[in-house]
Amino acid sequence: MAMMKNITIGQYVPGESIVHQLDPRTKILATFLFIALLFLVETFTGYALGALMLFVIVLLSRIPVKFVLRGIRPLMFIIVLTLCLHFFMTEGRVILQIWFLKLTYEGLIRGLMMVSRLILLIIGSSLLTLTTSPILLTDGIESLLKPFRAVGVPAHELAMMMTIALRFIPTLVEETEKIMKAQMARGADFESGNIFHRAKSLIPILIPLFVSAFRRADELAVAMEARGYRGGEGRTRFRVLKFTRRDAAALILVAGLVILVGFCF
Amino acid sequence: MPIRVENLSYTYNAGQPMEQEALRNVTLTIEDGEFVGLIGHTGSGKSTLVQHFNGLLKPTSGKIYIDGVDIFSKGVSLRSIRQKVGMVFQYPEYQLFGETVFEDVAFGPKNMGVPDAELNDRVDQALALVGLDLSLKERSPFELSGGQKRKVAIAGVLAMQPQTLILDEPTAGLDPKGRDEVLSLVAHLHQREHKTIILVSHSMEDVARLAQRLVVMAHGEIVLEGTPEVVFRQAEYLEAIGLGVPQVTRLLQVLKKQGFAVDPDHYTIEAVEEEIVKLLETM
Repeated sequence: MAMMKNITIGQYVPGESIVHQLDPRTKILATFLFIALLFLVETFTGYALGALMLFVIVLLSRIPVKFVLRGIRPLMFIIVLTLCLHFFMTEGRVILQIWFLKLTYEGLIRGLMMVSRLILLIIGSSLLTLTTSPILLTDGIESLLKPFRAVGVPAHELAMMMTIALRFIPTLVEETEKIMKAQMARGADFESGNIFHRAKSLIPILIPLFVSAFRRADELAVAMEARGYRGGEGRTRFRVLKFTRRDAAALILVAGLVILVGFCF
Repeated sequence: MPIRVENLSYTYNAGQPMEQEALRNVTLTIEDGEFVGLIGHTGSGKSTLVQHFNGLLKPTSGKIYIDGVDIFSKGVSLRSIRQKVGMVFQYPEYQLFGETVFEDVAFGPKNMGVPDAELNDRVDQALALVGLDLSLKERSPFELSGGQKRKVAIAGVLAMQPQTLILDEPTAGLDPKGRDEVLSLVAHLHQREHKTIILVSHSMEDVARLAQRLVVMAHGEIVLEGTPEVVFRQAEYLEAIGLGVPQVTRLLQVLKKQGFAVDPDHYTIEAVEEEIVKLLETM
């Protein structure tokens, strides 16, 4: 259960900060630019500057730094794995040998770079969802995808699927906790035993979870039908997205920084 | 096996932006063989409180003693605590997972280390207690009716033979017949099986009929405690915190206010009927 509480990816922290108030499209585009930056830079200075950019945005968003960093925890395993693979699988000058494992200088550098990239990637994208409510986020995606409808991209359907998926993450997390507690009350143990034992102990959680997910999907479909849902055709909006001068300024600033840092470092 | 909680406080998401205090300094003792009704509005902290009784939640501060033993002290097996204090969650049928009813009901006792040879007896006993036909044992729980599913889920807890049973809104979402069946099962468990019962509910009618003692919660604190007569005398206060008194009690209270000679300390239909018949005879 502790695991569940640490997932900050996809979570939204309501706020009134300048970052919260930006148009979701601005934030989505800025996030993409930032991700592009991470793949352009090839020096530690570059990553440090990227991290600095993020840090400033986190400060502006007034979300506690500790809370943002918590998003890394669930992905710790992947991070450590990446680090190890690069450390020991890269050919080059050997600087340390433990039994058959050879740590090379090139591996050390590449591993650290990949991990910096990964961590910044996680923080950068979780910052988007932390400061943008899921509804605004999907509105933004739908609006950005609209021009591609001509070539057959189902913009509205994709956005609706995302809205529903995001909407149900907290519900499913809550449901999982409830089912876990109920099975723990019957003496289930999810924490001890070997990996096979633990995998098997998940069955009493997964089956009820799937059953209830299907039931919810069914109920939701009926509820949507009952309220006359017929796709995005001719839909008017209650919340109209507004791209203001502030958004333009923010986007130009981020783009400028990305170009500067991306091509210089 | 008395349960005692002392100065219990619990905060959800402690240290996060969505921090929320659910329980504040709760102290309560539940004696052996008691039937306690725990009532409160949604969000009053009643479900959070009972999840401490078998160690599913660890208090932010405060202690929980079962049989005088602090359950979060070193060397206490939470599994054995959960065997002693059984817990039926709200909508327990949503936790069914077994391929057969037997497998699902046997899950608890199996985890408690009951030998395979004994499992069959345990399952039969539990199913008989909740009033389900033993022929259902080999059926899939997912093809049963809603009421039957709930009974299977309750049987799954009873099969562990807990001395204390906590039921969180056990009648929620059931039809009147299913409701009566579950409530009479709870009464049977208390009177015949001599189990300690903690019934969490916001239905005054349900708890008034069965409980010997009521504990009323609001905003994470215990605000009223006592026999149903004592608690229901505070009708105005109960309404202020989003609860109420049973309709029949309300009727007597209104009659009394209007000057009729009735005793308003009754809360079951039968007792109120008697009181009104008595009143009519004097008129």
